[in-house]
Amino acid sequence: MSSALAYWTILMKDMKNYYLKPPNISWGIIFPISWTLMFFVRSEGPVDIRGILPGVMSLSVLFGTTSMLAVTITFERKSRSFERLLLAPISLKLLMLAKTTGAILFGIINAFIPVLFALLIVDLSGINWFLVSVSVLLIAVTSTFLGLFIAVSVNEVFEAQTFSNFFRFPMMFLCGLFIPIENLPVFLRPFSFILPLTYGADSLKHAINGNGIINPLVSVFILLGFAVFLFLISTRNIERRWIY
Amino acid sequence: MNIIEVSGLSKDYDGFKAVNGIDFSVLKGEVFGFLGPNGAGKTTTINMLTGLARPTSGSISIAGEDGIREIKRVQRIIGIVPDESNLYDDLSGYENLVFCSALYGVRKAAREGRARELLELFGLADTGKKPFKAFSKGMKRKLTIAAGIIHDPEILFLDEPTTGIDVESARQIRRLVRELNDRGTTIFLTTHYIEEAERLCDRIGFIVGGKVVKIGTVSELMKDAQKESIVELTLEKDPSEFKTEVSEEFSDVSISMRSDNTIRIASREPIKLMPFMSFFSSRGIDVYEAKIIQPSLEEVFVEVTGIEVDRMKKEKEGKKR
Repeated sequence: MSSALAYWTILMKDMKNYYLKPPNISWGIIFPISWTLMFFVRSEGPVDIRGILPGVMSLSVLFGTTSMLAVTITFERKSRSFERLLLAPISLKLLMLAKTTGAILFGIINAFIPVLFALLIVDLSGINWFLVSVSVLLIAVTSTFLGLFIAVSVNEVFEAQTFSNFFRFPMMFLCGLFIPIENLPVFLRPFSFILPLTYGADSLKHAINGNGIINPLVSVFILLGFAVFLFLISTRNIERRWIY
Repeated sequence: MNIIEVSGLSKDYDGFKAVNGIDFSVLKGEVFGFLGPNGAGKTTTINMLTGLARPTSGSISIAGEDGIREIKRVQRIIGIVPDESNLYDDLSGYENLVFCSALYGVRKAAREGRARELLELFGLADTGKKPFKAFSKGMKRKLTIAAGIIHDPEILFLDEPTTGIDVESARQIRRLVRELNDRGTTIFLTTHYIEEAERLCDRIGFIVGGKVVKIGTVSELMKDAQKESIVELTLEKDPSEFKTEVSEEFSDVSISMRSDNTIRIASREPIKLMPFMSFFSSRGIDVYEAKIIQPSLEEVFVEVTGIEVDRMKKEKEGKKR
């Protein structure tokens, strides 16, 4: 019971202190619009809104979660308030789950903002909403835990941003959103399949347009595997680097 | 009864021994002070006792629990006030206290009541919605201490509680520490202020270069350092005209005459005062006062550690700024 209270308190504090701050709410709206505009700009003919939706949703989640988590945790480490959490009588895994839940929720909300815009413009019937929800959740979880992995690997806030881009930009171009994986040079294709976003984006393509290339069940299991791996390696790194 | 027992505790950082095989115990209900210069190992020791650092070797027992393996159980009964305030800048004093309390599983009504009570006790009740970042250094320190005791811990670890704050706030904090201890909280305190340690602590350990070099009550430490008895006599007038005579009369003791109508008598044996009284009164000089001179804790510290206290203070204050 006391662990549940601690979890809930940390989550609510983070929501109030970071995720529900006006700049972040506006980021959540502006960012998906920017991605949509980018797809408009690169398109030669009329834009297939439904076709670009998996991409806009995936990138909104990826950028929203990794940025927020990497920065907030690094910031709390610098101001030493994170130490207070490490000194509390709650397990490290529960603490990190509490710290990451806010970013996961932020990512999920970010993903559905482009859906709301799309609803006003195009017909979204025939979409497998269950698979959309599962895919968005898993993209948010893996991206957040990637943000956690980044936060644990750096000391400064600016390093968190730089290091995030080291992962995000290759993922963006290799996950099949801009260039279909089958059109990538042969030597780059293996890299696509070691990136979690590839599986999340493909699963969303299946759910929205029915044109993914990987069995969605396989994608779900692989994303779960990435989530567990990133979370465990991050908590292990915290124990090694921060409880020194 | 010992509430903390530390045995052979060491911490290495890349081959550097920050703490080197220390042994000590803290009695339930006492104020125990760790006194030492920068880099002596005080904060590293606190970090190991509270779970922020893993010992390289040795054992820790806190309230009968294994302080290394069962640290999460131990953290329920300890409060920690680090050397620098670590509360949330954007939260108010009240919000910070309620948040910290919830981390220990304290129910809503109880944590809100306790937060108000502590804000009152620490003189911060009128801070309202003011965020922590807008507090003065002294207020920040007081709120950090309040956060450390929000869950009513059995043991409170205070790392340099008064460094870098104004005199009045420091005095209030010392009073609060005393009050907490009077209510039964065991206090483990690190400081580099000798007078603070002397005033607050029941027992003191000197730590230098990662080693505990001496532990005892203030009077024990002073007694150990006192190699001879010293008595100072205050006389009616300057006794220097009898200098040779008095030295010859009392050749078994060492006598030094001072410019303020006093003489100091030092001996490895107990000093008999009556012969001195008779000597001076027979020469028409009244003896006004006889005072036993003990070494100060500062002198004891310098003798035991070989470290100049002023240098230690300057280093610490410089680091804080």
